[in-house]
Amino acid sequence: MSVHPNTMFTETRLTRRKRRQEAIAKWVFCAMAAAMIVPLLLIVGYLLARAWPSLSLGFLLDVPTRGMTEGGIWPAFVGTIYLVSLSLIVSAPIGILAAVYLNEYAKDNWFNRIINLAVINLAGVPSIVHALFGLGAFVYAAQFGYSIISASLTLAIMTLPVIIASTREALASVPRSFREACWNVGATRWQTIKAVVLPNAVSGILTGVILQVSRAAGETAPIMFTGAVFFKAVQKGDFFPYGLHDQCMALSMHLYTLSTQVPGVRESIPYATAVVLLGSVILVNAAAIVVRVYLRARKKW
Amino acid sequence: MVTLPAMPSAKHIVVKDLRLSYGPKEVIRGITFDVYRNEILGVIGPAQSGKTSLLRCINRTIEFTPGVRVQGAISVDGEEVRQARDVFALRRRIGMVAPLPVGLPLSIYDNVAFAPRCAGMSRRGELDGIVEQCLRQAALWDEVKDRLDSLGTKLSGGQQQRLTIARALSHQPEILCLDEFSIAIDPVTTMRIEDVLKNLRQQMTIILVTNLTQQARRLADRTMFLWNGAIVELDRTEVIFSDQPASRQTYEYVNGIFG
Amino acid sequence: MNEPPTPAPAQSNLAVRRMRRPAWAVAGERGLEALIYLCGISAIVFVLGIFFFVFKEALPVLGHGRFSLSQFLFSDQWYPTSEINKRYGVLAMIAGTFSVTALAMLLAVPFGLGAAIYVSEFCSPKLRETLKIVIELLAAIPSVVWGFIGLTVMSRLIVQYTGAPVGVNILNGGIILALMSVPIIVSIGEDALKAVPDSFREAGVALGATRWQLVWRVLLPAAKNGLLAAVLLGVGRAVGETMAVLMATGHANHIPHSILDSVRTLTANIAAELGEAPEGSDHYRVLFLIGVLLFTITFVVNLAADFFVRGIRRK
Repeated sequence: MSVHPNTMFTETRLTRRKRRQEAIAKWVFCAMAAAMIVPLLLIVGYLLARAWPSLSLGFLLDVPTRGMTEGGIWPAFVGTIYLVSLSLIVSAPIGILAAVYLNEYAKDNWFNRIINLAVINLAGVPSIVHALFGLGAFVYAAQFGYSIISASLTLAIMTLPVIIASTREALASVPRSFREACWNVGATRWQTIKAVVLPNAVSGILTGVILQVSRAAGETAPIMFTGAVFFKAVQKGDFFPYGLHDQCMALSMHLYTLSTQVPGVRESIPYATAVVLLGSVILVNAAAIVVRVYLRARKKW
Repeated sequence: MVTLPAMPSAKHIVVKDLRLSYGPKEVIRGITFDVYRNEILGVIGPAQSGKTSLLRCINRTIEFTPGVRVQGAISVDGEEVRQARDVFALRRRIGMVAPLPVGLPLSIYDNVAFAPRCAGMSRRGELDGIVEQCLRQAALWDEVKDRLDSLGTKLSGGQQQRLTIARALSHQPEILCLDEFSIAIDPVTTMRIEDVLKNLRQQMTIILVTNLTQQARRLADRTMFLWNGAIVELDRTEVIFSDQPASRQTYEYVNGIFG
Repeated sequence: MNEPPTPAPAQSNLAVRRMRRPAWAVAGERGLEALIYLCGISAIVFVLGIFFFVFKEALPVLGHGRFSLSQFLFSDQWYPTSEINKRYGVLAMIAGTFSVTALAMLLAVPFGLGAAIYVSEFCSPKLRETLKIVIELLAAIPSVVWGFIGLTVMSRLIVQYTGAPVGVNILNGGIILALMSVPIIVSIGEDALKAVPDSFREAGVALGATRWQLVWRVLLPAAKNGLLAAVLLGVGRAVGETMAVLMATGHANHIPHSILDSVRTLTANIAAELGEAPEGSDHYRVLFLIGVLLFTITFVVNLAADFFVRGIRRK
């Protein structure tokens, strides 16, 4: 069967069918991607609409009144800041240095491989198991009782494995050839880390820590049983209302109790709380993304 | 087979019955040889004959590879290398140039000043002096003297290899080890670096591992043919490259009959 | 143009060779390395500690005369606070977890993989960056917010469109969990597709394949390990989720008969009852035992996923 010279590059039925197939496939997959995003945008829009009547700076700074059916969320907001700061002050340094140890100093034997496995798996543990651990270990065994200390330490243990894992990834992204070049001129391990490894892993480390900030701010179960409470009397606008052994309110806990356990609350208040929580978390994550993009643009090799 | 001194120099490095294995695989099988002061020793042989591992045994960076076992003795100026009290000071006595050029992600100045700083030098004047001297010795000074602040990683391959040599010289080593340094750079730069090496031998002993046999012929005083972890022949370069080396294998490898 | 390299005088300044690091620098570095070592050890202690602690708290109840492991796993009678006849059967909760997770995966896997394929193969680079950022933000939404959405928005929609008496049920929980799991499936799935070497794509294109044919016949089979890992991680996320299901699936502790039934999952049950179980009591320990069960399930799932993901990273 000879091929007519003029039909080599013209459209045939086959190519038309292929092109249609391709277009259909493209739109089907696009629709699937959209199916995740569009409902979410609608939901967020709905939340905003319902929350609107209550959203204002005053809402943030005010304290809840009348049995929590009115007023603002100040104590919960401050409480979340306390919890997140304390937990990250503990987990970030330990996590980063532990990752430095695991990636730069530890020998590659079976023990360290088990540790590696344990760290990765711990990152996927359900949050309620962290609550169980916090309750048993900090509230009862260590006798810190229900307090900010217990809750922060629980959050610290929750964020620790992920900080270790993401820091390790950042350290591992620095090519080995740099380290070898440093060792060849007689630099010690620490001198190598300080001069070449750490400065170039900073963006990954920072991103990892910031992401854990947002995670710690949003979690409810680990703090619900270790130190966050329903209600605590706080002065409006007071920046340091809690002592370390006190219990505190928290945004995530507040949203939970408002929506499940307080009858008669004005409708827009829980929505506004949800919006504030969501907004804070998104803001922090956006900051992490900005950091990552900015530092990646300044990559040194 | 070692021909004894037509070279009246002292022995700088003595290697006795060195064995190296990665796990079950033996890479160096009991080799013994000497390196004399201020000579250029060429090491030739096909890939996987243990040449790179040999260099890494001398400056003990082999220890960074997991699962290695080293036996035998290597001594520098009579001092057994594996019993050196300060392994970092030992590494500063030995300069190492790797096959692939590596510019550290620091400024060019910091690249060369890195080793002196690690050794404890901190005065700006002294560092300036060392940076300039080493960059001149590595034939790189004129190209970078106006941009010492720019990143070392942004130089071309040939420039980065010269930067690596400058870095290797910055801690004033007695021994300079080069591991197939010309693999990733152009011939012009290679010839320039070979001129540098010819000048450097006045100050230090040079071990030149290369897979380009002609490079050994150009530069080395003595040449060692390493094959499969064992020394086939070690002799003056003229002998190795002549029509009558001691071993038939040498003749065949050098003339490209196998390899 | 270089001048010929100046041969430095033979006895040059040997300052560097004779240099010794100042004692304070050496001591400081040793101290720092000790600190690093300490942090490494303590992190290991914490990481292993969680495992052991949760097991330890649950253990006493296993040796108990009246407690039977088979009753625990296979009975749906859960009456921990009954005066006369305490029963600890979690079958209903297992059914709850299973049903919600299954529904969630039924929705999330096709959409997630489809979105992963779109982001990886079909869309333009700029759109890709935007979508990846959106997906990251989606993954960051706290679970209590999702629970709130389930409780208010979804619940209302479900009651309106299906006529169910109550809006918190498997359907609600399943949709919410699906929306929560999709980001993980998309991002790991996209990694898996990206890891397929370009040479595969080039070979396909050279043979005249369209992008769809490429995806269906070349990329999906090549990436199947990574895609499986993505799905497993999504499952792990769904099984371990606490607050969202607590708020969205209701309070009925029974084996469900329809998608519109309320259920209680393993996670939600612990959350609901932990506050009232006295320390050291049987009820308390059984809740820890449920925690052990959850731990085991997510551990196995994550282990399997990690095993498949290793395959991608190594390539």
